[in-house]
Amino acid sequence: MSKILETEICGIKMKTPILTASGTCGFGEEFENFVELDKLGGVMVKCLTLKPRSGNKGVRIAETPAGMLNSIGLENPGVEKFLSEILPRLKKYNMNIIVNISGSTVEDYGELAKLLDVDGIAALELNISCPNVKDGGIIFGTSPKAAAEVTAAAKKNTTKPVIVKLSPNVTDITEIAFAVEYAGADCVSLINTLMGMQINIETWKPTLGNVTGGLSGGAVKPVAIRMVYQVAKAVKIPVIGMGGIRTCADAVEFFLAGASAVAIGTANFADPNVTMKIIDDLENYLQRRGLENIRELVGKVKEA
Amino acid sequence: MSKIFESKIKSNVEVAPTIFKLTVDAPELATLAKAGQFLQLKLPSDKFTLRRPFGIASTKDGVNIFYRVVGEGTKFLSTLEVGTTLNLLAPLGNGFNVDAASKVLLVGGGMGIAPLLSVAEKIREVEILIGGKNRDEVIFWLKEFIHLPSVHSIFVTTDDGSYRYGRKGFTTDYLPEILSAEKYSAVYTCGPDVMMYGVALEAIANGLPCEMCFERRMACGLGACLSCSVDTVNGRKKVCKDGPVFDAREFIEP
Repeated sequence: MSKILETEICGIKMKTPILTASGTCGFGEEFENFVELDKLGGVMVKCLTLKPRSGNKGVRIAETPAGMLNSIGLENPGVEKFLSEILPRLKKYNMNIIVNISGSTVEDYGELAKLLDVDGIAALELNISCPNVKDGGIIFGTSPKAAAEVTAAAKKNTTKPVIVKLSPNVTDITEIAFAVEYAGADCVSLINTLMGMQINIETWKPTLGNVTGGLSGGAVKPVAIRMVYQVAKAVKIPVIGMGGIRTCADAVEFFLAGASAVAIGTANFADPNVTMKIIDDLENYLQRRGLENIRELVGKVKEA
Repeated sequence: MSKIFESKIKSNVEVAPTIFKLTVDAPELATLAKAGQFLQLKLPSDKFTLRRPFGIASTKDGVNIFYRVVGEGTKFLSTLEVGTTLNLLAPLGNGFNVDAASKVLLVGGGMGIAPLLSVAEKIREVEILIGGKNRDEVIFWLKEFIHLPSVHSIFVTTDDGSYRYGRKGFTTDYLPEILSAEKYSAVYTCGPDVMMYGVALEAIANGLPCEMCFERRMACGLGACLSCSVDTVNGRKKVCKDGPVFDAREFIEP
């Protein structure tokens, strides 16, 4: 493969700037039949917590116009099982493993960061933005002070780059981005899902067992582009953009808005090999535009 | 191993009010698919974000699925014409054990009868108990099963008693009698959860192994999204990957 897509973000060398977003690709291995995992910039694996979690009860997904709602509720096997059983199995794929973590307390993030400071992990992504659990995640993502505390706790306990995943469910996302940068974050990723809801008009009940869920897919893309644009201007650390990317054209918008890399989420469900198509199309786009490397595209949106 | 197939529609016909039989031309998939496995169908329209999971019902003369029109997706599917190309992710999941030594009783309710048809095609000897809402919703299944050489007897229940050669009521009402009249090696069931639990309890009470085939909403079908997770006696399992067929003892503790 040519070097046109090669990039580096906070020390993580990436063959391409295309990643898969947490929660949409499991631990990567589930997609091995469809994706050349080592071609990806990284796989942001399903969120881990200190203890195993069963997630939310009842219906967990619902399709919406150009998108979907989910309320999985951070189901995961827990960090211990990940380290002893899953991580050793993933080594053969030679991919950048970015571990998404969530805690109920600031100390949880520190502890998780420490436990995961091991070989075979490229970076940590702090989930401070899950809208689907009461006892963690988003309570840290909606306050600049709490977001900074969580970031500092993780940074203090790891040698890995720390990426902080931001919530769009805030009044001013740049405040949070600025706070986590100040606290030492190496990178920010955005956006997580937008909190939403669907009601069945025959039963008069919410579709989702958890009542509300996170909206993702094409419908959220313009919101995500706007937020990436704002955040990329507000901070000096790199931005990983995500939210509704289904095609190379969608990805290019994110790069222009200021993302140094992008992650594909919901689109993996409909097309498990969509990341490979986007990589091929992006290479062609850059060549057509006469660019030598993807970095030349980052943040190049012109002022109106 | 699952992969993506681009397959043309051979037929897409209404076999009962709001119920359709879709046949696609996919010879390789027909050979690969095991009884009880499913496919994830991508609707050829930008309007839909997610694939739709369907149990593979039969692999004779193409790959066949049955669906009821319940929402926008299935409504759209029902309008597709012969020759339309469909993108299928398949075959997915584990499937039933088809190496049973002697006669297996199949118990199906509603659209859950579909995967049992694939069992009847692949296993040596079966009898089947079919449950439906009314006459219309069982007749088309009878037409599918009746000519299969493996099928020895067919028992029918309808909720409203409108099929006069069957019983009025639920499959679970009829089941004890059927189990006491004949010796089976196992019971395989697919349908609403409440029906399957009733069937499994009865099978276990009769000392018979039982396999249950679950239906759940799912996004990826590959074990990644965790939309379809269920609690089992052995911890959390994914219907798409660890199932959709489970040993009943995973759900019912002795």
